[in-house]
Order: sequence, then C-alpha cells, then structure tokens
Amino acid sequence: MKILVCMKQVPQKDAPLKLNESGTWIREDVSYEVNEPDAYALEEALRQKGKHGGEVVVITSGPARAQQVLREALAKGADRAIHLEGDSFVTLDAFNTAKAFAAAIKDERFDLIFTGLQSDDYGFAQTGVILAELLGSPHATIIMQIEKSDGGIRVKRELEAGFFQFVDMPLPAVLTIQSGINKLRYATLIGIKQAKNKPLKKVAFEEVSSALSGNLQKIEKLYVPQKTKKTEILEGPPAEIAKKLVDKLRNEMRVI
Amino acid sequence: MAKKNGPKMADTILVVVEQREGKLNRVSGETLAGAQAIANQTGWTLEAAVVGSGVGDIASELAAKRVAKVYDLESVKLEPYTPDGFVAALRQFIEQKQPRLVLMPHTYQVRDFAPKLATALNRALISDAIGYKYEGGKLLFTRQMFQGKFAADVSFVGEPPYFATFQNGAFRGDQVEAGSSAAPVETVTVDVPDGAVRNKPEAPFKEAKQAVDLTQAEIIVAVGRGIKEQKNIDLAKQLADALGGEIAASRPICDSGWLPMDRQVGSSGQTVAPKLYLALGISGAIQHVVGMKGARTIIAVNKDGEAPIFEIADVAVVGNLFDIVPPLIEEVKKAKGA
Ligand SMILES: Cc1cc2nc3c(=O)[nH]c(=O)nc-3n(C[C@H](O)[C@H](O)[C@H](O)COP(=O)(O)OP(=O)(O)OC[C@H]3O[C@@H](n4cnc5c(N)ncnc54)[C@H](O)[C@@H]3O)c2cc1C
Ligand SMILES: Cc1cc2nc3c(=O)[nH]c(=O)nc-3n(C[C@H](O)[C@H](O)[C@H](O)COP(=O)(O)OP(=O)(O)OC[C@H]3O[C@@H](n4cnc5c(N)ncnc54)[C@H](O)[C@@H]3O)c2cc1C
Repeated sequence: MKILVCMKQVPQKDAPLKLNESGTWIREDVSYEVNEPDAYALEEALRQKGKHGGEVVVITSGPARAQQVLREALAKGADRAIHLEGDSFVTLDAFNTAKAFAAAIKDERFDLIFTGLQSDDYGFAQTGVILAELLGSPHATIIMQIEKSDGGIRVKRELEAGFFQFVDMPLPAVLTIQSGINKLRYATLIGIKQAKNKPLKKVAFEEVSSALSGNLQKIEKLYVPQKTKKTEILEGPPAEIAKKLVDKLRNEMRVI
Repeated sequence: MAKKNGPKMADTILVVVEQREGKLNRVSGETLAGAQAIANQTGWTLEAAVVGSGVGDIASELAAKRVAKVYDLESVKLEPYTPDGFVAALRQFIEQKQPRLVLMPHTYQVRDFAPKLATALNRALISDAIGYKYEGGKLLFTRQMFQGKFAADVSFVGEPPYFATFQNGAFRGDQVEAGSSAAPVETVTVDVPDGAVRNKPEAPFKEAKQAVDLTQAEIIVAVGRGIKEQKNIDLAKQLADALGGEIAASRPICDSGWLPMDRQVGSSGQTVAPKLYLALGISGAIQHVVGMKGARTIIAVNKDGEAPIFEIADVAVVGNLFDIVPPLIEEVKKAKGA
C-alpha cells in the first residue's frame, strides 16, 4: 500500500503562548512539535506498511522550521518527504491547505491518505475531509483501527460517548486518525542516520498557487477568552493551601 | 454555482438538525436556540431541516418551535448515515434554496460530512464555534484556538451560503422558543444516485462493559498529563481514596494505558456531574470540559495560571500538583479522622 501522511507542526503543548502586537496570531518565539494525532497517523502508516508492504510518504506545509517534522518522520521509517515550504502557506485556510496538497500530489496515486483528526493549534478538523472531496475519494473520520479487507479496508470509527462503529470502504480513501489508535515508536539512532539520505522534495508556493483561491474565512482577532465564572484563587505555601482546601471541602462544599 | 428555479431562501438561516434512531439530539436543540438568537438580531428568516429516512416525527417536533418552515429530506439511502449520502442530499437542497447561513451542531457526525458539503459547494465552514457576534452588519463566529488558551473571532469572505457549526454547550437548549402555531412541514424526496454511497457502515456498538459508572460518583479526582508518569497515578489514587471518591482521567492518560478507558471523562468518554470534581494537571480542553462542567464544584490544580481549566473552576490552585497533593491527602485524612 502506498500511504501519504499529512503532518503539521504546531506549538509545543506546554509552550507559554503570547499574543503578537496586532492581536492576529501568537508570537512565533515558541518551541514546536508535531501535531499529536499526526504522530499516530504516521505510526499507523508505518504499521500498515509493515504488514502489507508499500511506501510511506509524509507531507507538510509551513515555513522552513516545519522540516523538522519531516526529518523525524523519516527517522522513524517514512520513505520520503514533501515540504510545501514558505511563509505564504502558513496563512492558508484549511480549504486552501488541502488544495495545495492535492496540487502537490497530482501525479501520484496513493491508496490511503492519513491526516490527524484535527490540529492542536487551530483545530478546524477539516483538512482531511476537504482533501477527500477534492480528490473524489471516500473518507472516514476519527479512526481507531484499520484492516485490509477484500475489496478495500475495514475501519473502526470512534463515535460519541464510548460508542464505535465499523465501516467497510473501497480504496483509495482518506482517513482522519485519532490519538491513541496505536502505541508510538521512537526513532532509533540508525533510523536517524538513514534519514539523512532519504529524499525530501521541496515545493515552492509558485508551483501550486494556480490551484489556490483566496481564503474564504478570516481570523479577525485573537484574544484571551473572557472569564464567565467567578473563580476563587488559592495561593500560599502548599501546606496552607491544603488546609484552606480541606476547610472548603468540609464547610462550604460539605463533601467530607 | 448553478442556480435552479424555485423559491430562494435569501437571508434565510437554515438549521440542519441531527437525529439518531428517531430522536433529536441535545446539541441540535442548542444550535436551534443559537439560530433563533441570530435570527432575532439580524431579522433573517429561520428554517430547519432534518435528513434521514422516515424522520417525519422529528420534522413535526421541529415545527412546534419558532421557525418559519421545516423541511424533511427523505430517502431510504440516508439510513444509516453516510457522508456520501448526506452530502448528496444536502448539496442538492442547498444549491436550490441558497440560504445565507447554514448552522449545524458540531457533533462527530457533522464533523464527518460538513467539510465535504462546504467543499462540494465551494464554500467555507467555520467549525466548532462557541458563540457569535453581530457587529455593524457583520456576522462573526467565536471559536477556541490553541486548545482553549485563546479565542478568535472569525468572519466569512466571499459569497453565501456560509456554513458554521456550534460546539456542545454553546447555547442553552432549554431556551429554544416555541412557535405560536405549528410551522409548515415540506417533505422533500431527495435523489441519492445509485453508487453515490461508497461506505458501508455497521451498527454502532460499545466496547466491553464499563466496570465503573463514574456518572454516579459524588467525588471525582481526575488526573491529566500533568501527572507526568504512570507511577504518579498512585498519588492521585491516594487522594481519591482519602476523599472516598473515584479516580478518573483525561484522554491522553487512558490512551497511554495508565488508567483504563472507562475512567475517561469527556466527549469520547463519560459525562459526569459529581458534587466535587478535583482536576489535577488537566489543561481544560473543550473535549474534556464538556464531560465535567456539570459538576457542582470544580477545584483545579495546575501550574499554569493561564490554563483554560481555570475558566470553569470554582477554586483555582495555581501550583505544582506534586507539592499540593501530599499535604492535601494528610489534611483530608486528619479531617476525616477527627
Ligand atoms: C498568522 C496566521 C494567520 C492565519 N490566518 C488564517 C485565516 O485568516 N483564515 C484561516 O482559515 N486560516 C488562517 N490561518 C491558518 C490556520 O491556522 C490553519 O493552519 C489552517 O486553517 C488549517 O486548519 P487546521 O490547522 O485547523 O487543520 P485541521 O483541519 O484541524 O487539521 C487536520 C489535519 O490536517 C493535516 N494538516 C493541516 N494543516 C497541515 C499542514 N500545514 N501541514 C501538514 N498537515 C496539515 C494534519 O494531518 C492535521 O492533523 C492562519 C495561520 C497563521 C499562522
Ligand atoms: C474528537 C476528540 C475527542 C476527544 N475526547 C476527549 C475526551 O473524551 N476526554 C479528554 O480528556 N480529552 C479528549 N480529547 C483530547 C483533548 O483535546 C485534549 O488533548 C486532552 O483533554 C488534553 O489532556 P490533558 O489536559 O491531560 O493534557 P495537556 O493538555 O497536555 O495538559 C496538561 C496540563 O498539566 C499541567 N501541568 C503540567 N505539570 C504540572 C504539575 N506538575 N502540576 C500541575 N499542573 C501541571 C499543564 O500546565 C497543562 O495545563 C479529544 C480530542 C478530540 C479531537
């Protein structure tokens, strides 16, 4: 099976985020990491290749720093990488990001395309589904298991409140992968070494821009959300906080 | 886009509700309440649609609300739900009616088909909104960004129809206004072409029986990724034991296998409403919060003073849980022994 995995670089989970001066985005001086579900998507692609053979290709769109995500994926076992590189890609909405991917892979035939179910930064949860529609492929979202079947694949979708559902579907197909579908592997030293010789293709904005249109939605303003609830803040040395909490548990909340 | 003949829905808001097994789900009611509020402010006409096979009862239920009209989009190929089937049905309908705004609840089902629907119509979808603003004739949708650390106001660019989905709890479902008389219901038989539906879904099921029922717990101590290592879970367990409560967790803890899946709280886990919910090292992502915001009292311990969990906490302890929890266990034991 030939599998494409879309991997986005996002600010690290614990990174202290600050607004930029114009209030349109965060300040860029933070550490980045791979979007969590995308790491699971890569792992799943590598496992599928392990079972059925084939090729795993990773793709990202973003500035030069995003290459790190591709390097890590190659070190974990991906065969080659595609980087839509440039700042112009960064501000594209999900619709145009998907269009850029579709344009960059138009000469290839993938049996499966994986994306994460949503990004940890913007969290639109759309790029994979949009890509499926642009390519005319069937799709399924929030996937927790993938098996090859006679005419295609059988996947397990997560539904709300602890429910699941199996879906049979033909290939080629697009799947959005949920965190926790598998256990992640670490890159090995030998993998890191081998990664240096694996192909990494760069695609410039001009090469795909004819396939793009203007953004259809605009982020007008980014801000710290207003609090709606009255919150009491407890401060002081831990022992004192513990005493205050127990006093509340006992006399206000009456749970002990 | 090809405009067909027939009545247009200029300046109309169309709410597409979600039904399962003949029942309207709760978030659909919330979205309807939100749509009524937008209609009040903008003066736009509000209509509603339900999609499925034999869902006339839901259409009648909707017709009792304050809406101008209800559409019942019917085809045997719409049961069970598939993204191909729903997009085929709604695409035809929306192309013909040209509403200005299409609103849906941000459920797993809607996130499965709505981006495809918007793309098929060459339009944008603002997903997962938690509210809206109508300022100077411009409609903005507010959504969380960076896992709730920030909020953004997002606007549509270009031509309608515009698509937006509302998150669980964005509006109060019990505030849906009833209509003064029943709205007319139009049944539309939609044509889903043979072969259009490619996925073959099976019936939803639940994994192995739940060993614990957190919904009945009065006290819950929940741990998140701030607990750092599997061996530290024990610390939280000691606190839960001292308080006589149950231990629960955010999703990453269960994904890692540190606690079983049936201890997970949130949109893909259990929804709980204890007297006390004590959150240790949980950031407060919306998918977690929807599962616990009904708690009577929420105490959160987090080392990041800006963690979103503090927005819904009654008591905030900004600090390292490894400093706070051990003396807390001792104090609780002392208080209980006394
Ligand atoms: C300064 C700035 C301004 C911006 N302004 C706007 C704006 O006005 N309007 C707007 O709509 N967007 C804007 N964006 C872009 C926005 O942040 C998102 O990147 C974009 O909308 C894609 O959606 P998402 O990240 O929510 O992806 P989702 O749909 O949540 O992502 C799902 C999956 O798709 C894949 N994926 C998504 N993006 C990438 C990628 N770049 N590389 C590889 N895989 C990817 C991943 O597998 C991911 O898990 C702006 C960004 C910046 C930095
Ligand atoms: C479709 C979908 C469904 C989902 N369903 C669920 C669900 O059902 N339940 C759920 O929980 N999540 C769910 N998620 C995941 C959710 O989006 C978040 O990723 C998750 O809730 C984050 O878990 P967390 O708060 O434990 O981890 P993080 O977000 O990593 O937060 C860890 C927190 O710990 C704090 N911390 C670190 N060290 C310390 C310390 N020493 N002392 C005190 N605080 C510390 C940090 O400041 C941080 O705020 C779902 C996501 C999606 C997309």
